[in-house]
Amino acid sequence: MKPTKIEHPEYFHRVIDCQYACPAHTQVPEYIRLITAGRYDDAYMINWISNVFPGILGRICDRPCEPACRRGRVEKEPVAICRLKRVAADFKESIKARLPVPPKTKNGRRIALIGGGPASLTVARDLLPLGYQVDLFDDQSAAGGFVRTQVPSFRLPQEVLDEEVNYILDMGVNCHFNHYVGSLKEMLGRGYDAIFIGTGAPRGRDLPELPGRKEGDRFIHVGIYWLAAVLYRHIDRIGKRVLVIGGGNTAMDCCRTARRLGGDKVKVVVRSPRAEMKASPWEIEDALHEDIPIHDKLSPLEFVIKDGRLAGMLFERVEGQVDDQGRRRLTATGEAPVFLPCDEVLLAIGQQNAFPWIEKDIGIEFGRNGLPVLHEITHQSTLPQVFFGGDAAFGPRNVITAVAQGHQAAISIHLFCEGRDLRQRPHPRVNLTGQKMGFHDWIYDSHVTDDERQLVPTVEKVRSLKDRLLEVELGFDADRGHRESRRCLNCDVQTIFIDRTCIECDACADICPVTCINFIVGGDEDDLRSRLQIPADNREQALYVSPPLPTGRVMVKDENVCLHCGLCAERCPTASWEMSKFTYHEAQAEDV
Amino acid sequence: MTFVRPSFRHPQQPTNALGYVRKDYEGLISTLCAGCGHDSISNAIIQACFEIPVEPHKVVKMSGIGCSSKTPAYFLDRSHGFNSVHGRMPSIATGANMANRDLIYLGVSGDGDTASIGMGQFIHALRRDLNLTYVVMNNGCYGLTKGQDSATADRGSRTKKGAPNPFESIDLCEMAIQLGAGFVARGFSGDKQQLVPLLKAALLHRGIALIDVISPCVTFNNSSGSTKSYQYVRDHIEATGTFDFIPLQQEIVVQYEEGATQAVTMHDGSIIQLHKNVGGVDVTSRRRALDLLEAEREQGRLLTGILFLDPESEDTHAILNTTLTPLNQLTQAELCPGAAALEQINARFR
Repeated sequence: MKPTKIEHPEYFHRVIDCQYACPAHTQVPEYIRLITAGRYDDAYMINWISNVFPGILGRICDRPCEPACRRGRVEKEPVAICRLKRVAADFKESIKARLPVPPKTKNGRRIALIGGGPASLTVARDLLPLGYQVDLFDDQSAAGGFVRTQVPSFRLPQEVLDEEVNYILDMGVNCHFNHYVGSLKEMLGRGYDAIFIGTGAPRGRDLPELPGRKEGDRFIHVGIYWLAAVLYRHIDRIGKRVLVIGGGNTAMDCCRTARRLGGDKVKVVVRSPRAEMKASPWEIEDALHEDIPIHDKLSPLEFVIKDGRLAGMLFERVEGQVDDQGRRRLTATGEAPVFLPCDEVLLAIGQQNAFPWIEKDIGIEFGRNGLPVLHEITHQSTLPQVFFGGDAAFGPRNVITAVAQGHQAAISIHLFCEGRDLRQRPHPRVNLTGQKMGFHDWIYDSHVTDDERQLVPTVEKVRSLKDRLLEVELGFDADRGHRESRRCLNCDVQTIFIDRTCIECDACADICPVTCINFIVGGDEDDLRSRLQIPADNREQALYVSPPLPTGRVMVKDENVCLHCGLCAERCPTASWEMSKFTYHEAQAEDV
Repeated sequence: MTFVRPSFRHPQQPTNALGYVRKDYEGLISTLCAGCGHDSISNAIIQACFEIPVEPHKVVKMSGIGCSSKTPAYFLDRSHGFNSVHGRMPSIATGANMANRDLIYLGVSGDGDTASIGMGQFIHALRRDLNLTYVVMNNGCYGLTKGQDSATADRGSRTKKGAPNPFESIDLCEMAIQLGAGFVARGFSGDKQQLVPLLKAALLHRGIALIDVISPCVTFNNSSGSTKSYQYVRDHIEATGTFDFIPLQQEIVVQYEEGATQAVTMHDGSIIQLHKNVGGVDVTSRRRALDLLEAEREQGRLLTGILFLDPESEDTHAILNTTLTPLNQLTQAELCPGAAALEQINARFR
């Protein structure tokens, strides 16, 4: 195996598992350290620059960072990264003075954003400071997109949403609310330099063919429309017995909202086995905590109507089986159908994209899946001045992905307006900062605490179930936030090995608590992985290999469970290990 | 400075046959200088005890005074231990061993503690073949008092900022072979591949097992004029051979060409398979072992590995024909059998 090129910006980026896993590459360890130091404003700004909506995401993010967190591999649970983001948002003072101010003189370019969700708002935030004129069109009365209409207030209070949406709108977005764009052709005719489409996946899936669907229509609702109607107060109650069909996060939002609108006996019914449900584990937990049972492996057969009212639903028992091609399929067990009585049904079985307003003859190609044909990185459609982002681009994902795509689209739009090659992307800004302060003394806090993950306090269930506007989670207080922030392993403080000065005394290998440093005879990667003191089985984590040392051996470090405690550097007599903070700032439109 | 080692260990760390993990054999975080060879030896001891495996509570750590003698704090913190007066580790170990023969005795000493102040004790422990693994962490200088030459410093060797040593050095291994030790070996702290099996074999050897481990003092004796620096030792090292230590219960899986390998069966049935490098030497011959040590020394080379091994050697208890039950388990009735028994004994001398 060749010596590792640590100069490559992606090498150390990969070691920072949380940042690497975050679609927007938020500098997680950096903001967590700032929280430890009580510098909430700074922590918030680090977040705001990368993910635009720290207060919102600190409550409702899908948290791809947490399963990736190294702490989860050495201890039971990862750092509560998401909830720490909320700590930064909750405890910050005013950051308004720190927001970028768009120039008074514009650059003469006009951009239209269709849809007012997180992707579009991200594009606006990235392009306004560069002097663009930004016009936003949305059919709702306020910006926020599905974050506003679908996420219940007991998970995301409206004030938090408004605050962060307004940071962007106040930068000078020309908003056209309650304005449904019915024709892209007409928009193209308005002479915009570029158009960004971030209209999400607005169509909730239904079960139109199921017997009884039409007759029971009054009692059967499509989840996302129903949630929006609750938000706008068109609906304020539901029957006592409710079935929620589906196993994703929308299903969890539906069932918990139903509990707050008078549903006493709310049940979730899902086709797939419980372990394969799409909803985040913590959202499932929250639903269970609110006395909502989950019935799995049941496939809907029929809406049962009696005397013009919905009496319940019939389900077929199914089980997962692997077919010849190795795909998992659900097949009927042949048992008698199961009847579950109910008064109303909420369908949360998926969302689809819909672009009825995009004319077929204007040059935008669509693929077989109904999604536009886009360049994967530039997000440019087959009509050069039209870009897509968020759920509208590659199908429904999550908010943080929409933000990341918004950043990329903004870069593309800027390059496009400058007449430059869209594929020549700006590079990330990286830096290495030595952490040595004195003899065995570091700038960062290298101590590894034994504390377990802190629990988030919640409002009493009796109270929260009475009021759909009352936020359930109270968030960490400053003390708990501090304790939790100290659980971070500082994975951005990198161990850098200097082979020229190493005397191979083994001190680092001996002291390493997690046995990741080895001095062995070189070999290819598979061979090295198998010969380490503890074999390196996690192939998603790199091996750091040095050039050959005087004895002919090489240093091999398995990055997998390194605690970044700095003991290797402390025990090295020749300073051949350095602890350096690696800063990776994902390129944005301003870096073009 | 970090005084606490994180408590987390690798999630896939292996468990030994007794159900212990390596952490169960660790000690406190070391306070020796960064890069000290002694820390490597401590780790080799941890590894050897984990691999054999021994039960931590069946081990007794004995030491004297010096950097070396601080190390028992850094390994096996679930074992018994006694930190004795300077150079007096062997007599304390003798007393403990006489009282309870069932434990595994591990003595840790340095070149000052052994070859200077403790020489008188050292040679008698060898003569008596005390059942003790005697590890000398040999750095050729007095590190704890700022690096003066010790009695094992080679003539002409220079410590940091020191003058060449004018005196002849003591070769502890030669001395041990001459005085009848049954297991004599030399290791290097920078070569755990050799040191760990040496320690395993020594810990299971009956009688005294001396391992002289060259352990560079990075602070005072790792300079270019020193014969005990990492660089010098690596350039001049020569091993009697590589070897496998095969405990009794384990199956022999690797077969070596005949002639090149010497298999020595230990008292408990364990086998040491030695793959010779140097002149096909028989390590069970005391005279040849001494010849070889001298020959290699003439060549300016440092011979390591097992230097001498007498699988038939007996320990002090066997020599004195003591009772098989440890003395500390005997009751008063057995220890004081009464006037009639005394009369019988006295009658034998009439």
